[in-house]
Amino acid sequence: MTAPLLDARLVVDRGAFRLDLPLRVGAGEVVALLGPNGAGKTTALRALAGLQPLTAGHVVVDGVDLDRPGHGRWVPPERRRVGVVFQDYLLFPHLSARDNVAFGPRRQGLDRRAARERATGWLERVGLAGYARRKPGQLSGGQAQRVALARALAVHPRVLLLDEPLAALDARTRLETRAQLHRHLSAHDGAALLVTHDPLDAVALADRLVIVEDGRLVQEGDAAAVTARPRTDYVARLVGLNLYRGHADGHRVRLADGVTLASVDRVDGDAFVVFPPAAVALHPHRPEGSPRNAWPATVAGLQRHGDHLRVQLTGALDVAADVSATAVAQWRLEPGQRVWAAVEASETRAYPA
Amino acid sequence: MTALRHLSTGRGPGRRVPAALLLPAALGLLLLVLPLVGLLLRTPWASLPERLTAPGVLTALRLSVQCATLATLLCLALGVPLAWLLARVEFPGRRVVRALVTVPLVLPPVVGGLALLLVFGRRGLLGGWLDDTLGVTLPFTTTGVVLAEAFVAMPFLVIAVEGALRAADIRYEEAAATLGAGRWTTFTHVTLPLVAPGVAAGAVLCWARALGEFGATITFAGNYPGRTQTMPLAVYLALETDLDAAIVLSLILLVVSVAILAGLRDRWLGSP
Repeated sequence: MTAPLLDARLVVDRGAFRLDLPLRVGAGEVVALLGPNGAGKTTALRALAGLQPLTAGHVVVDGVDLDRPGHGRWVPPERRRVGVVFQDYLLFPHLSARDNVAFGPRRQGLDRRAARERATGWLERVGLAGYARRKPGQLSGGQAQRVALARALAVHPRVLLLDEPLAALDARTRLETRAQLHRHLSAHDGAALLVTHDPLDAVALADRLVIVEDGRLVQEGDAAAVTARPRTDYVARLVGLNLYRGHADGHRVRLADGVTLASVDRVDGDAFVVFPPAAVALHPHRPEGSPRNAWPATVAGLQRHGDHLRVQLTGALDVAADVSATAVAQWRLEPGQRVWAAVEASETRAYPA
Repeated sequence: MTALRHLSTGRGPGRRVPAALLLPAALGLLLLVLPLVGLLLRTPWASLPERLTAPGVLTALRLSVQCATLATLLCLALGVPLAWLLARVEFPGRRVVRALVTVPLVLPPVVGGLALLLVFGRRGLLGGWLDDTLGVTLPFTTTGVVLAEAFVAMPFLVIAVEGALRAADIRYEEAAATLGAGRWTTFTHVTLPLVAPGVAAGAVLCWARALGEFGATITFAGNYPGRTQTMPLAVYLALETDLDAAIVLSLILLVVSVAILAGLRDRWLGSP
């Protein structure tokens, strides 16, 4: 196996917070760094760009050490060939869109004319040929995002970093910009790392997800693997699944709080069990017959969720259940009410922890 | 006019001005404007044309404007880098340096002029050496006037520019670095344009202070017509012999500085 284009172990100590994240991105690959606020995503991005020195570990691009505190190696950001699209774009307010894009090529030694030509080409590629003379203040959020992308790509970076590139956009612009961004990321032959807290952006744009919580890597894999087998509560909530951890013995998983869940999957040892909220059925009394997983629960809250209602249940298990609005109305479900929850064994998935 | 209308009728949300603010504000304005009114009332308008063309007046005015402008350029060349250092670079003793920079603000200008004399005078710490090796004499020369004015006016520029640098978003400089710009290029192409309004404001303050400089100039550069006699010095000299002449000189200084400051504010600072 050849070495990945970007190979890093990012260790940054900042008082009580410690980031320790291994990261490898291949040429042409798009990796999404996904995690809750304060997980260390932006710190990781700044360390890769050279805006935040590592405490330990290494950043290697194309086999060249960019930062390796152990050996005293350090390449400053301006010589890294790592492009960044910042969260609020940071377009230089005193320069036109074209001169913003031409800024990088100028620093690479192109004369003013050549740099402007390259900038014009990039503005055409992001569909903003007619906006070359506009100042950043005269651009909409979506346009500014595209200028920022063009500015970062105009220097042909080996590694492209994007910090929440769609977070500042409204829903409609976001959809269009996401599709555009996907095209440009596919065309980019270097490594790309996308920092986001939105699972939809991550799944739509990235080949692989790296999930970081509290400065540590908690899960890694393609979207299908991560969504099918979440390994932390955060990931389970992102993909909309109920997740429990316990000890499996064949088809039965005994959870920490004494409840046992049956699954058609066969596992032995420490295991996770997941099932979607839609698989949870609510009954006024103990259900008769087939469901092997049933337990009494109390309604803690109700929330609108698409065309149905999501019911939060407490009791032996904290569970989210999706129920049709009709059912809620018929039953007059309300917080504090006691019900029975049931899940078919065939609806649960179990896998080793 | 909008403000005045609201002031008089007190209509509209949040437009009523509390008397506790209005009264001291009006008194403050009066304190600043009344002496100028006094100057205008005592001006010998009848003999004004002949006094304006009197020998020496125009020379002193030209010297004043030239020296203040040169002093401002000197302050820009030295003060902007100094402000950058104070705002952007962590170094031991930064707080002490920042305090030292503001000393000329509280020091009586005469003391500043005396201190300059002790360093750059013919028998001063550096003055003798400058005279012997480079043949440069500073005290009692036009260059000395520029130096004295720069000494007194530089803090105004440094404080304004440092404030602007601290308020500027440092992440623009980081963005420039990721695009391949070194620290010097980032300073000239990103930082300086971003803080340009602050630099302009500082330069205007600096120029105004230099134009009115008196104490340090007369101590360090003396009072030689055509060489070191700026307008404030000419006013002081005239005061001893001819009050009307002093008033006319003062009026000219007032008109010129108000005209230039108003012009610069409109052009550079964009404030009404």
